[in-house]
Amino acid sequence: MQELFTTYFAELLAGLWMTARLTAVSFLGSLVVGTIAAAFRISPIVPLRAVGRLYVELFVNIPLISLLVIVTFGLPDVGVTFDLFTCAAVSMVLLGGAFTCEAIRTGVNAVSVGQIEAARSIGLDFFGVLRHVLFPQAYRSVVQPLVNVFIGILLSSSLAGVIGVKDLTLQVSEINNQAALGLTAYMIAAFAYVIISLLAGWAGARLEKRWRVQR
Amino acid sequence: MSTQEHIFDAAGPRARRTIRIVTVLSGLAIAAVVVLVILRFSAAGQLAADRWAEFTQWPYIQFLLAGLGNTAVAAAVAALFAIPTALLMALARTSHRAWLRRPATAYIEFFRSVPLLLVVYIFVSGLPTYGINPDIFWKLVIPIALCSSGVMAEIFRAGILALPAGQVEAALSIGLLHSQATRYVVLPQAVRIVVPSMVAQLVVLLKDTTLGYAVSYPELMKTANNLTAYTNHLIQTYLVIGVVYVVTNILISHFARYLEARISGRTARTGRAEEQREAMPAAIG
Repeated sequence: MQELFTTYFAELLAGLWMTARLTAVSFLGSLVVGTIAAAFRISPIVPLRAVGRLYVELFVNIPLISLLVIVTFGLPDVGVTFDLFTCAAVSMVLLGGAFTCEAIRTGVNAVSVGQIEAARSIGLDFFGVLRHVLFPQAYRSVVQPLVNVFIGILLSSSLAGVIGVKDLTLQVSEINNQAALGLTAYMIAAFAYVIISLLAGWAGARLEKRWRVQR
Repeated sequence: MSTQEHIFDAAGPRARRTIRIVTVLSGLAIAAVVVLVILRFSAAGQLAADRWAEFTQWPYIQFLLAGLGNTAVAAAVAALFAIPTALLMALARTSHRAWLRRPATAYIEFFRSVPLLLVVYIFVSGLPTYGINPDIFWKLVIPIALCSSGVMAEIFRAGILALPAGQVEAALSIGLLHSQATRYVVLPQAVRIVVPSMVAQLVVLLKDTTLGYAVSYPELMKTANNLTAYTNHLIQTYLVIGVVYVVTNILISHFARYLEARISGRTARTGRAEEQREAMPAAIG
């Protein structure tokens, strides 16, 4: 225990920072990609709807490790090379975006039809309806599912270690391989994940309360 | 009618023309992207027939099928342990006895918010320090079972909570004990409600087994990795494997949706399906 904090403190912090960065970047990216995909899926443009549908079906169902390996070790074969962090972030945004899209779509479906008819009758076009009527309400009603997406991204960020991104999970595993500390290092990492998840859940509950849509 | 059809209902002549133009333009853009990808692949020589031919030859297919078999076994055994554990934990968490409820809550919340890979590493290099050193199969399957039992317990709990409180009250008022009310009233209904979500959860289990790649258990992902070490056809192999996973998972989720449609047909309009979906965590991984 003592050794863990004196010798390996820097490694632990670096791992935690990497996990935080990867999770934050991937979650924000997922929100952007998920919103665009949701707009595609509810648009009147048939090819875009098809692309949105295909995107979601593909990335909701592919295991993250497969995608990580394709992006990291496969794409260089066709001349596309990113650094490891970007590989991990791109893979996680692709997956997270698909789940975010589905969450947002549930929220869109919860908006009553009358509001959309009203919005159209005062002359809003498609983007106007999305921007001023649908999405603001959709986001507010899916705070909890989006928190679940966040926690999902946080937990799956550990898989980035498989391609060599030194996140918290990989760091404690390496620390343990050097120092054979038994469970100590792992339990500290586990509680870090639990605390971040609980904080996310708490923040989500507060936001949901503040943003609740009165219907 | 769903909301989505109303965003662009009854387009006028100008809107119809805009829609047509954008449709054509976006169609062209998509075609351009597809062509670019194909050109990129063929310029890198990745479309050459001999790089793909192995996936039509039986020895290679057999090699990958063995991996798929190991994936199925790992997922099935994990489910076999996870589902009963999850049911017990959900019952304990909804119990009125605090000494049951608190440990179950801690168990569920812990395994729901810890990365599977971390638990796998604990089994691979943490527990052997204490003399606990099972076969690699169990080092993969036990963590999967632990983590997914946390998630599944919440699904069961959502099913239990979805029952109207009046049912348990009625059962108690005709003289049943709590345990009897649980056994004869709550469980038969709750279990039936959550069957589709449990089936959908199999997709997550199947994805979880890909962690075999990290700990060298020869499931499909690791098998593909072994194959590429021999053929060096990286992108082809992983794309084929990716398609196998996607197709399998789509089939499982369609089956889950079919079950849900059947069940919600029988227990119409209780809003149970919605309540459950709220409880479903996003299973990214």
